[in-house]
This record gives sequence, structure tokens and C-alpha cells, in this order.
Amino acid sequence: MIRADFEIIQRWIKPNSRALDLGCGDGTLLAYLEEKKQVHGYGLENNPHNIAQCIEQGVNVIEQDLDKGLQNFSNHSFDTVIMTQALQAVHYPDLILDEMLRVGKECIVTFPNFGHWRCRLYLAVRGRMPVSKFMPYTWYNTPNIHFCTFTDFEALCYRKNLHIVDRLVVDQTHQGHWLSRLSPNLFGEIAIYRLTR
Amino acid sequence: MPESIPADSVGLVEPQTAHFAEPLQLFSERSLPEFELIYETYGQLNANASNAILICHALSGHHHAAGYHSMEDKKPGWWDNAIGPGKAIDTHRFFVVSLNNLGGCHGSTGPTSIDPKSGKIYGPDFPLVTVQDWVNSQALLADRLGISQWAAVIGGSLGGMQALQWSIAYPERISHALVIASAPKLSAQNIAFNEVARQAIRSDEDFQDGRYLDQQVMPRRGLKLARMIGHITYLSDDSMREKFGREMRGGKLKYGYDVDFEVESYLRYQGQTFSETFDANSYLLMTKALDYFDPAREHDDNLASTLKLAQCKFLLISFTTDWRFAPERSREIVDALLEARKQVSYLEVDAPQGHDAFLMPIPRYMEAFQAYMNRIADEVNQ
Repeated sequence: MIRADFEIIQRWIKPNSRALDLGCGDGTLLAYLEEKKQVHGYGLENNPHNIAQCIEQGVNVIEQDLDKGLQNFSNHSFDTVIMTQALQAVHYPDLILDEMLRVGKECIVTFPNFGHWRCRLYLAVRGRMPVSKFMPYTWYNTPNIHFCTFTDFEALCYRKNLHIVDRLVVDQTHQGHWLSRLSPNLFGEIAIYRLTR
Repeated sequence: MPESIPADSVGLVEPQTAHFAEPLQLFSERSLPEFELIYETYGQLNANASNAILICHALSGHHHAAGYHSMEDKKPGWWDNAIGPGKAIDTHRFFVVSLNNLGGCHGSTGPTSIDPKSGKIYGPDFPLVTVQDWVNSQALLADRLGISQWAAVIGGSLGGMQALQWSIAYPERISHALVIASAPKLSAQNIAFNEVARQAIRSDEDFQDGRYLDQQVMPRRGLKLARMIGHITYLSDDSMREKFGREMRGGKLKYGYDVDFEVESYLRYQGQTFSETFDANSYLLMTKALDYFDPAREHDDNLASTLKLAQCKFLLISFTTDWRFAPERSREIVDALLEARKQVSYLEVDAPQGHDAFLMPIPRYMEAFQAYMNRIADEVNQ
């Protein structure tokens, strides 16, 4: 059973196009895109276990630290650069967005919304950084060093002059909901953005 | 000596020799009138000859990559921890060919062979052979064995250069290239170390301009020195600290020029052993083959356009503490392959052993290696 966000991303990918997946995990998305859309893909990953799994799946994977940029990729050498659930874990989210749109003609980014009502309530009532099943880490020991809200992200896109082609807001099970359509930054848990320069 | 053959060993193996009566044109514009290649095979070639793997050896390697020659052998072949039943290169699934390269001193035609023209030992008259020449001779061996396409060509260090050369020289004859702890060409520092090694050999008075065998002497001191220098470059600072530290031989300083520290004793021993088994002219030739390797040279020094010729898929592996062929050198190849839009995977294994790591059964390395090989085996069986 493929993750619902992958199913959404898949719809935005052209057949036979070139895709680069930043923080590609175990390669599931790329393997899915290769099967479904005959995509020519590469994944970048720095977790040894994930890299081994990519190799096992037959996905091209390059061991690379995203915080060091994408200098080894030339301008517009990919149709789509994808980054799912990794934006909040990189050192320079703004620079990586620049890099993604330098290397790719468009990019797809997904990240969790720190402005979700549960986070707000947790912080308001307990006065502490939210810890939940969805965000299970303590503030001092977490890969997620750059949480933001949807509004924060869109403000960054505006400042950088990035064009938001599409935006889908879903919950943890990647379903849309009327509440999150009504007030995404309050009720949406995960956003899937499609951006161009 | 193996008391009994381990279950995951290819067991007792016997080298074979292929004789080639046709002249081989070399890149030096010289040629060999005829030549022999000694090789071993492990596993069974399948009916359509699609499961063949070529192993390319490094500077001082040879054809004996796995198993034992006799029950008296102290050690198995040099890459036994990667080749065998159930190992990364699974001999249940693959037919593995491992040869000694031309110019070597383990049974293939080289400087210690007889020159058919003069009836004397070649010695220093043996032509310089290059990585391209090796690959051409390996292609002739493939023909002989009925292998039109290798499922994979695999090598570490200088062996990785041969795998890379295969991918561009015979793109239609190789499905996968596994290039481990290698480089697209030597750096000035690499060449410098090789030159010191050559000078050590050539300045030994027993070298006799390479005609030592005619004089029935051996330039052992030179070869020993050359190996000692080389050996330092195969280890990392960390691994030497770990292995020897400042550990003293005999527990105290001797205030003389004999061995004080364990590391000195180790290097002397390694150098001595090597000098008794390796031919000095072969060593000179192998280091030159390394220096000359630079496939991009014929393509305006553009590695990406060189690699455009390749059709195979690639796996590259480097090791963090390898300073002889550092991870950056593998990255050069990876980046060129990305630019050339080739299928490539790359891993940088955190390992303390330096360049030698490519010969070690490091769990992360072996797991990824095996995963990749399993994928090849599945393709072969499709």
C-alpha cells in the first residue's frame, strides 16, 4: 500500500521525466515513480540503512549530505526535484529551496505544519515544545531543527519570489478534510507544495 | 592451513592457463607476439553465459582471489571474504573469473617470461602495458570462455580502473561496473609515491638495469623499500595508531638504528615478505600502468563526455579514511556519471582502515555490495 502523499506526488510527475529525490529514505517513492511513470530517478540519502534498502530496491542512490548543497548537479538537469518530510531537518531550508529550483525545473516539497491547532494548544497549555506521536522527538534530540508553519513557508516563498503552482493540505493519513480547506494553517498537518521559479 | 574447508569457501581451486597465439597490439605501439593469461574460475557458467563476473586485481594482486590451492595453504585467495557461496559475490549464482594481468609475475606473460624472439627472459624489455591493454586482453579471455557480456566487472583500486575502462572500451559487453576505492586518474601525490617506489627499486645495485634475473641476483632491498612506502599509503593514520601506536619492540628504546617501534618491525616484515615473492620489473610496470591511467585524456579531459560512452550501470564505493584514493576521487567519477546521465549508486563507507578497507569484510560495505549483487543475479535470471 503506497503512502497517500506519494500517490499525490505521482500525479504531478510527467512520464519519462527526470526526478531527483532529496532525502529519499528507503527509495520507495522513486521505485514507485519508476514503475508508475518510467521516471529516470536518483535519490540522495545519508543514512546507511536507507542506502542499502535503496540498492536492494534497485533505486539509484547517492550518499550525499544535503547541507552541503547540490553543487554536483548542473542547472535544470532534472524535471522535478522532490523533498518529502526533510525540509525541517536541513540546516538551511531557504538555500536548499534555491538549490532545488536551480537543479530542477520545478520542485515538490512536503513538510509537517507546526501551526496545526494541536501544536498550538500543546504550546499554549503546557508551555512546552510539542511532542506527539506525529512529532515524537524532544527539542534537544531531534533531527527536526527547522519547524515552520504553512504561513511561514509561504512567506518565505513570497520573499524569494517562488511561484506556488499547487498546494495540497492533508492530515497524517494524507486525507484532505473540509476543515483543512477552510483554515489550512490551523487544521492541516502536512502540506505538499509544488513550486517553480 | 585450513583444517577443513569452510562451508562458505569455494574450496580447492586450480588455476588454468589460456594461450593466445595471435599478437596483441599494445597502446605503447609495441606488441606482444603471443601471450598467456593465468586465471581461476569459481561457480558455474549458466546456459546462456549471462552470469559471468570478472574480478580485476589491484597493484600487487593476482588470479588467486578465492579458495585454497591446497590444504597446506595458510591463507585463502585475496578476496575470499567477498567471493564464495552465500557471500557478496555468490558463487551459487555467478560464474566468477579472476586472472593475473599481463605484465604480472604470477603466471601470466610478464617480465619474468621468455621472450620468444630472443629466447631470453624479457626483463626490462617487456613492453609497458596499460589499463587499456589489460582490458583488451581480458576481452580476449572472455571470448575464449564464451562470455559475450559480463554481468559485472568488479575491482578495487587499480582493479576499479579496469572496471571503469571496461565500461567505456566495451560498452556492449558489460552490464554493471563496480568501482571500489578507485580514482579516474592519479593525482600528482599518487604519482609521486609511485616514483619514489620506482626509484627505490632502480637504485638498488642488484637491479642491474632490470637484468637481475640474468645475473641471478634480486633487487630485494629496493623492492622491500618500495613496498614499505606503498604500504604506508594503504593504511590510515588512525589504523596505524590503533594497530601500533608507539608500541616498542622489546619494551624499551635501544638507542640505535635497529627496530625500536612495532610499526618499523611491521613495515620491514611486510616489505621483506613482498620482496621475496614479487618481481621488481612487474612492480615497476604496474605502477606505470597506474600513472598512465586517464581515460578522459582522449576526450578533452572531460570525464563526463568520456563516460557517455558507457551503457552499464555503476556502483561506486569509497572509504572515509582512504587517503590514497580518497572519497573525493570516487565522487569525481560519480559526478561525471550523473552529468553523463548514467545509472549510478554511490556509498561512502565510514571505515578506519584506509585504502585497505576495500579488502575487509566491513559489515556496511558487504551488505550494500551483496544487495547490489543480488539485484544483478535477479536480472540475470529474468
